[in-house]
Amino acid sequence: MVAHLIRLRFLLLGNMLRRSPWQIVATVLGGLYGLGVLALVVAGLVALGFAPLELARTITVLGGALVVAGWVVLPLIASGTDQTVDPARLARFPIRPTTLVVALTASGVLGVPGIVTSIAALASALTWARHPLAAVVAVPSVALGVLVCVIGSRLAVALASGHLGGRRAQERRGLLVLIPLILLGPIIVGLSSLVRSAPAVWPSVAAVASWTPLGAAWAVPGDVAAGSVGIAALHALITVATVVLAALAWRRALARALETPARESSSGVSHAGLGLFGLFPGTPTGAVAARALTYWVRDPRYSRSLVIIPLVPVLLAFYSTTTRNPGMLVATGPLVALLLGLSIYTDVSYDNTAFALHLQKGASGRADRIGRVVALAVFAVPVTILLAIGSIWYLGSWSALPGVLGLSLGALASAFGLSSVTSARWAFPVPAPGDNPFRARPGGGFSLVLTTWGTWGALAVLASPELVLAAVGAATGSALLEWLALAVGLLLGCALLVVGVRWGGAILDRRGPELLAQLQEQK
Amino acid sequence: MTVPSSPALAIRGLVKRFGEKLAVDHLDLDVPSGSFFGLVGPNGAGKTTTLSMATGLLRPDAGEVRLHGIDVWQDLVAAKRQVGVLSDGVRLFDRLTGRQLVVYAGLLSGLDRDTAVARTNDLLQLLDLESAGGTLVVDYSAGMTKKVALACAMVHAPKVLVLDEPFESVDPVSAANIRDILVGFVRSGGTVIVSSHVMDLVQRMCDRVAIVAGGRVLAAGTTDEVRGESTLEDRFVELVGGRRTGEGPAWLHT
Repeated sequence: MVAHLIRLRFLLLGNMLRRSPWQIVATVLGGLYGLGVLALVVAGLVALGFAPLELARTITVLGGALVVAGWVVLPLIASGTDQTVDPARLARFPIRPTTLVVALTASGVLGVPGIVTSIAALASALTWARHPLAAVVAVPSVALGVLVCVIGSRLAVALASGHLGGRRAQERRGLLVLIPLILLGPIIVGLSSLVRSAPAVWPSVAAVASWTPLGAAWAVPGDVAAGSVGIAALHALITVATVVLAALAWRRALARALETPARESSSGVSHAGLGLFGLFPGTPTGAVAARALTYWVRDPRYSRSLVIIPLVPVLLAFYSTTTRNPGMLVATGPLVALLLGLSIYTDVSYDNTAFALHLQKGASGRADRIGRVVALAVFAVPVTILLAIGSIWYLGSWSALPGVLGLSLGALASAFGLSSVTSARWAFPVPAPGDNPFRARPGGGFSLVLTTWGTWGALAVLASPELVLAAVGAATGSALLEWLALAVGLLLGCALLVVGVRWGGAILDRRGPELLAQLQEQK
Repeated sequence: MTVPSSPALAIRGLVKRFGEKLAVDHLDLDVPSGSFFGLVGPNGAGKTTTLSMATGLLRPDAGEVRLHGIDVWQDLVAAKRQVGVLSDGVRLFDRLTGRQLVVYAGLLSGLDRDTAVARTNDLLQLLDLESAGGTLVVDYSAGMTKKVALACAMVHAPKVLVLDEPFESVDPVSAANIRDILVGFVRSGGTVIVSSHVMDLVQRMCDRVAIVAGGRVLAAGTTDEVRGESTLEDRFVELVGGRRTGEGPAWLHT
């Protein structure tokens, strides 16, 4: 059974690659990047063998702890998670949860990230080449360390996407996970700035980490090399206990998932009346806007973006104080504009095949485009203006206001235009309706990252005139350039918006059936 | 009742290819106006593909589709005004309440809000969905979802209803109610085209029927013509083939 599931995992990967050549390109690029990083890490670990023992211990423990933390946290943030063998889909087969734990762990270790981590971990045994006993001990202990990574990661995903509780509870939990994750940056920076002020702290941080599940596995060989066998045994014990406990907890979560696969609970909550459909004009455009805005509130894939927005000024305020560069706060308005404006660049893909309704009813492409932009603009424009003015008010540099406003609104309008074209032209591998917003479609992760970079790059080009004007205006203190940035931002942004909406609408009118076929293919 | 001269649906030489597989193979089909038409066929016969192409949702590789004389792929919008579609295996905007979804469908097809709301209320009542009108569609059962999709198809008062598997997972009472609604729709001059696996239902309900397999029409005509002396199911099996004798592998018998 274990072998079957591992084979299934590679079959799924292979079939996915066969479906689209771009997936292969994305996978190859990702693989090359991984190989480069891996070679550097291995070289570094070998070199570390010639460093003083204390330094080698500190670095291996901290590095290992970071890797474990990465395994646990990354699947929750990045959408490129490895969900190749979804336990919920295996629910109908007679497989014991224990077997499933073993099989999924093995398939996790044999995945690309698992292999990379294993190689790097084994290379760390080379660090101890001058202490033969430690090198021998290192092999089983880092193997356990890799297990901690894989099982910890699966456990985290199982808990976050949990099948515990009904749909609504699940959605709410999914959103709450976001807040600490986004604030992770400041937390790490805060901790490391504390450490940086006293470099001597590093070894003690490593010492503390070595007593936690994160670092224990990586500390064992170092302990042996230093001759403290007792401490090594204790660290090994912590590691084994971590693996066993995490596996048990994961097994429990899996057993639950197998008993209640993708249960839909009916909540009995009733929404009277028409909601937003009664407020927007009774036209196709108004209806699309009302539908889209309703989704911003009710669909966690959209509301996820809403949770991020208030955290942007918080993050920027934090970084501007730690870097003693208050000017960074100026970026609040433009950054929020960019995030909001591009949040709909995959809008039709979020509809999934429900988009068929627009085609069935013969709604015009332009009504579709305008409606979606209006729904977003209803709150994005005021929020952007408020944040732009707020940041300037906080800094007291009112002379920069026109430039910042011009850049923010210009970027927002240009992003609307850009999103109107991209979402009409391409179907993106986004999470399906009702899926956990963190769950990636298999293989979608890397190509989605590429397209995200693509749209950000395109937007940077489109908004460059007002960006240059505002920046030069701020640098030279020229009021003329500042006001020019505002004018250019508004005019150019609106022009791009009109062009984008018309172009996107024309694409939808012409290629609607093809787009639907694409959506159906990846459904 | 006046019967327009042009057939409700006329398909000529329709072709659709998915990679190597020829899903629809030069298919010809005529659905007279005012008929209750059943499209039956085994899994993978090309029913859904044909209906998608007939309603402007999937572009054919070749061939022509006319809805009441309008060339569907030349004038998509005019064709879509004529037809109400219930697609099988397509999601709905299920974060809307049932009432919102039907109103949305009405507004998208160009109704004004008062008309859309009034018709939505009628349809919800007709389909026993009134009490569920305020519930999110994502929390509906499979049968309720089917019914609300049917309401979406009917809200703009089309002349032709094209329903792909409308009775799947619908309970018997609701199915009977839906059938009454469809019969009433035909009686008032509309045309209904349903695809189904349930031969018995098609035989009782439809006055005309076509048997499709391998992307071609094997038989078409009035239900009585097609079935002849036997039942529709027997005739279907006879035409399509693939019936196995025997009781399955021995290990399955306990």
